[in-house]
Amino acid sequence: MSGTYLGLPSFPDAAHTSTHDTQLRANLTHATHTIRTKRATAINELPDWPQLRTAGAAIKDHTLHHLDHYLLQLETAVTNAGGTVHWATDADEANRITTHIIHTTGETEVVKVKSMATQETGLNEALHTAGIHAYETDLAELIVQLAHDKPSHILVPAIHKNRTEIRDIFHNEMAHWGRPAPDHLTDNPTDLAEAARLHLREKFLRTKIGISGANFMIAETGTLVVVESEGNGRMCLTLPDTLISIVGIEKIIPTFQDLEVFLQTLPRSSTAERMNPYTTMWTGTTTHDGPKNFHLILLDNGRTDTLADTTGRQALRCIRCSACLNVCPVYERAGGHAYGSPYPGPIGAILTPQLRGTTTPLDASLPYASTLCGACYDVCPVAINIPEILVHLRERVVQGGPVTVRGTRTTIKPAKGHAAERAAMRAGRWTLDHPTAWSATQRMAGATRRLHPRRLPLPGPAKAWSDARDLPEVPAQGFRAWWQQREKDTQRGKGEQK
Amino acid sequence: MRVALFVTCVNDLLYPDTGRAVVTLLERLGVEVDFPAAQTCCGQPQFNTGYRHETEPLVRRYADAFDGYDYVVTPSGSCAAMVRDNYPRIAERAAAEGRDDGLAAAAAAAVPKTYELTEFLVDVLEVTDVGAYFPHTVTYHPSCHGLRMLGLGERPRKLLQAVKGLELRELDGAEECCGFGGTFAVKNPDVSLAMGHDKVRHALDTGATILCGADNSCLVHLDGILRRNHAPLHTLHLAEILASTEQHPYQPTTTGATR
Repeated sequence: MSGTYLGLPSFPDAAHTSTHDTQLRANLTHATHTIRTKRATAINELPDWPQLRTAGAAIKDHTLHHLDHYLLQLETAVTNAGGTVHWATDADEANRITTHIIHTTGETEVVKVKSMATQETGLNEALHTAGIHAYETDLAELIVQLAHDKPSHILVPAIHKNRTEIRDIFHNEMAHWGRPAPDHLTDNPTDLAEAARLHLREKFLRTKIGISGANFMIAETGTLVVVESEGNGRMCLTLPDTLISIVGIEKIIPTFQDLEVFLQTLPRSSTAERMNPYTTMWTGTTTHDGPKNFHLILLDNGRTDTLADTTGRQALRCIRCSACLNVCPVYERAGGHAYGSPYPGPIGAILTPQLRGTTTPLDASLPYASTLCGACYDVCPVAINIPEILVHLRERVVQGGPVTVRGTRTTIKPAKGHAAERAAMRAGRWTLDHPTAWSATQRMAGATRRLHPRRLPLPGPAKAWSDARDLPEVPAQGFRAWWQQREKDTQRGKGEQK
Repeated sequence: MRVALFVTCVNDLLYPDTGRAVVTLLERLGVEVDFPAAQTCCGQPQFNTGYRHETEPLVRRYADAFDGYDYVVTPSGSCAAMVRDNYPRIAERAAAEGRDDGLAAAAAAAVPKTYELTEFLVDVLEVTDVGAYFPHTVTYHPSCHGLRMLGLGERPRKLLQAVKGLELRELDGAEECCGFGGTFAVKNPDVSLAMGHDKVRHALDTGATILCGADNSCLVHLDGILRRNHAPLHTLHLAEILASTEQHPYQPTTTGATR
């Protein structure tokens, strides 16, 4: 995956900074709560929502079970329609293929449709190294790019910025990338949108190569689909001569009719719209409006390894709606950057450690970036049981076990730094499996209760608790002891009655 | 009807009043309750932290301890959800790894008879007015596992609304997680506290004097924050409110101090 996010601290460390950033917290709380409320209203309008959810999950599961079949069918359809299909095992290969295609045309500039796949491969940085300028055209991606920042949300990449910050970014940076921002730019949303429109239009008309991802790929027809709100994507998909689409292999669905389900669930889950404003579909090349050359790069980058895991593979159903981010109380407080991956929030916490592995401290910390409250599972339009996968991946972190890496079954060791916890869990389990020992622990806790402090200065989990929370007082008599006493008293009472 | 109380390890050790309240309440409603001493913990702390193998003996222990009872009632949505949602999964995985040894049968026996307290009252005993009296202003935090994994719905609120003298205050953002999350509270202390502080602020905004929940694990976290900040709000388990009557009003007896 991209080098962009490497070197970031583990989730708890990153979250330590972001939870104390009051402006960020306010921006995120406002944005996520607004979209959360609107989404709930949009979903409630559909009486058949549960059925749509089940249907979406079933279509995706079916496709994933027969992925080899549908990918070959897609390759044939795309080739027959005049396109060229490339297969990329990992991010580097996808970037190499893309760079090679662009070099062949002699161009040095590309316009980009907002795409998670190219965030994942770190394409912009790879193109920069190869002397190619990649221009993001999605408004929020443009803001992030101009700010030399990273996206922090799947759907709203600049969710962490407010409009005053955006005005300053436009004012200071646009001139370095193309048409400058108008003088005396205000932070009025209409003025900001107009500045972006003028800046981008120049690029749309000049640039000969467009790069996109896709929301869906239809196997039977070889058609790719992008759904968006601004229309900037459609400009990139139709104006340039050459179109390169880099798409994760899990984005495939069998038939055109299957779209019917997702074009209902995706907009309502993501932007709370009944229908997204722009749905663009393209099939191979065309002699009319649209690309004369079309390259489809099918990206694996850990997806077949994920597919090999019977629990974790549900994550490949994801249609990137970001409903789980907007409802997640952890994402709301920690912010998207804390996840150190293009995929933040609950889906990022299960997808990233599967695509990248759990070897770095950051990736090993992601499955723990959740309270398992289950709100993400409730809103997921393809019913990914995110809490189940989180616990499954936690097991991989602390116990190791069988995984598939680049198609080969292997057994990984536990991630470092869990020895003390493992010992404590074992000891705890042993005590709990021996009621006499458990009872003795309880008696001892009760007997020494006067000595228990309400806060602990020692390092470790106890300090993490008691830094800002009092520890509970241990009662003199636990429930077990009380019950035994009551039983004795009852027996004695019966004896006396006789 | 043979009914056993699964008090849970947290209540057994820290909140015996909750267990006593369940016994008092059920006996008042004519149910004879037993407490099998072989019970300990449902295994959720281990399971949710990734130690699935450590959970297997506790699944077996649970099934053995409650063998022969018609119902197992527990004052914890989280522990009930652990049994109902995860025991079959744990057994299935153990079998797939060649370690079943009767675990599937144990899980299958445990799951259908395990009830969270409010479910047992409303669904099995078919009561919402349990004859309680509690003259205080109360706000209710529905814990995530009860809310989402068990689907407790309106049951706890219906029970509270029927309590004589009780004024129920609406909690803003009630369905949002409080930030406890078991080991999450210490693995991600900053986010946990940020969530807890927001929950506490909403609870204080209600003006209630009691923050009530049906899961002491959430309450231990919220109570820790409230006490550290000397906030004028006390946490209390739902069972203790339902056990309170005009003749025998709620009185914390075991610690002599506020929770």
